[in-house]
Amino acid sequence: MTVQPLLSVRHLTTEFQLAGKQIARALEDVSFDVMPGKTIGLVGESGCGKTTTLMSIMRLLPASGRITSGNVYFNGIDLLTLSEHEMRAHRWKEMSIIFQGAMNALNPVMKIGDQIREAILLHNLMPRNAAEQRVGELLELVGIPRLRRDLYPHQYSGGMRQRAMIAMALACSPDLLFADEPTTALDVMIQAQVLELLKEIQKKLGLAIVLVTHDLGVVAEMCDDVVVMYGGKVAEYGSAELVYNQPQHPYTQRLLEAFPDLSRSIDSSTDLATIPGTPPRLNALPPGCRFSPRCHKSMEICTQIAPDLIAQNTAGNAQHLAACHLLNKLEIKNS
Amino acid sequence: MSRRDFLLRKFLLSLVTIFVVIVINFMLFRVLPGDPVRSVIGRNVRISAETQQALREQFGLDKPIFPDQFIDTIGQWAQGNLGISWSLRRPVSEVLMSKLGNTVLLIGLGQVLAIFLGVTLGLLAGWKRKTAIDVGALTFSLVAWAIPTFWLGIIFLAAGSAWFGLPTAGIMSPENTGKPLMTILPDLARHLFLPTLTLTILYLGEYMLIMRSSILEVLSEDYILTAKAKGMSDWQVLWRHALRNAMLPIVTLIALNLGFTVSGAIYIETVFSYDGLGKLFQTALVKQDYPLLQGAFLLLAVSVIIANMAADILYAVLDPRVKES
Repeated sequence: MTVQPLLSVRHLTTEFQLAGKQIARALEDVSFDVMPGKTIGLVGESGCGKTTTLMSIMRLLPASGRITSGNVYFNGIDLLTLSEHEMRAHRWKEMSIIFQGAMNALNPVMKIGDQIREAILLHNLMPRNAAEQRVGELLELVGIPRLRRDLYPHQYSGGMRQRAMIAMALACSPDLLFADEPTTALDVMIQAQVLELLKEIQKKLGLAIVLVTHDLGVVAEMCDDVVVMYGGKVAEYGSAELVYNQPQHPYTQRLLEAFPDLSRSIDSSTDLATIPGTPPRLNALPPGCRFSPRCHKSMEICTQIAPDLIAQNTAGNAQHLAACHLLNKLEIKNS
Repeated sequence: MSRRDFLLRKFLLSLVTIFVVIVINFMLFRVLPGDPVRSVIGRNVRISAETQQALREQFGLDKPIFPDQFIDTIGQWAQGNLGISWSLRRPVSEVLMSKLGNTVLLIGLGQVLAIFLGVTLGLLAGWKRKTAIDVGALTFSLVAWAIPTFWLGIIFLAAGSAWFGLPTAGIMSPENTGKPLMTILPDLARHLFLPTLTLTILYLGEYMLIMRSSILEVLSEDYILTAKAKGMSDWQVLWRHALRNAMLPIVTLIALNLGFTVSGAIYIETVFSYDGLGKLFQTALVKQDYPLLQGAFLLLAVSVIIANMAADILYAVLDPRVKES
């Protein structure tokens, strides 16, 4: 018996209208599945389309953004075919989101408890005191004393704000939680606490998490699956174990090299590897493979034809896909 | 800082400011050129030097400015005695009070309308950015804000009286003086209409522009995205999350404008010959009526300071972050 994916993103393509009628293709042909109760990591440098992916799924793109093609199936329903009114009923009730800077994600002039209660009452018909009871439970779930509900966001520390944000995200017991770089703005100790909290809550409530991050260490610790994104496309996609241990795409390989390996001795004289250059501007994408200008293994074909995602031979059910011409031996011989 | 400490501090600060204003106000009128006695006499050259000297003594102008005149003046002010108007020969405080009601009526009405319309328009324009509503409201507000007060007043005065038969001067028709208030309300309204309209249009633009930029800034904040992600409709987001945050700069503006209303009304009251404080100030200025001007300045400064204090307190009520800093 196979488990149906909770969220299934298919060939998602999103464009932004820039000043002067220019079009930036922020996402192209992005596909991945999120299984119930599992965690999937979206990784890549800034500007690779990670946040745009989340915003496209929740249909919260700014006015200049537009999903031009693709499907987003949530429990079998294509969210992209819903009216705005129908979509609103799905937001937060079934999928909620926590952001990078919880300082700015909470309304500064509203008490924390009121903001959480508002989320509860938006989607549930219940008396005020029952909602208030739930606010208390949620706060305690994330380790904040009930009495702190009457404080304002600026009276919370950074870590507490992110906890409160998580409590708010859990208000309607969603099946899916998007976490957009939830720990980036926090110091290392608090980062660890917040991640630990997320794991604990996932275990308790069985929700699925989509974790956007550029911290590969976090991915290794948290995620079942990984989507490596580059220039708005999926470069490599597979189980975290396979992507880490047998990275196929040169971008993934370089990303992993650029990440400090704590198992090596710290006074190692070798500097951390860097990937020269920057991700492409989305309104001036290079022809062919988008990573080719920065790729140390770039070939002639790479600058002409964009590679497709190719399934790798893996043992068992685990899947592993990568988009690189190097993996298509046949094509190389022919060219 | 507790709420009580905060209020107390703001109050004390206001008192200190008022004292400084009093000192400056006193000095200002002592360093100004011109001899008050000459001003009172006017061109009547036949008044003898002895009589002039007697007048100086009567007004206490023969004593040294500091400390005698200063202490004397402050003492009198503290008792509510702002001196005698040279041109009207009546106590300054009495003159000021008799005009205050008219001005507050005009300005209050104009400001309330301008605030309500301007804020609503700015909210709509910012929310429906780059639509016809936005462009229209923006153009109107920029033009309205840029128009000189007296010019718009004169145009309205001419158009209103020529085409609609509206009165051109005063606060009521002369024959209505002394009649019961209820019976002359329509007449009062006819007189108030044009100056209020002018005032509303002039201030509306400013409120609209500030509100528009404020709401645009707020709408780009992360907590607005959070509110949308919670599944709220645009109206709910606007009403529950955007409005209160966007109102913060407006509160300051309202307080500042209310403080300056008295002076801001000078043009309008002069153009419409409206019998209020603004017109009184203008008269006092033209006639070099120093005691009256001095009283007017004091009233102005105190009203600005009180309005500022009110803004601070209101701001603290609206924004919980203020008290900490």
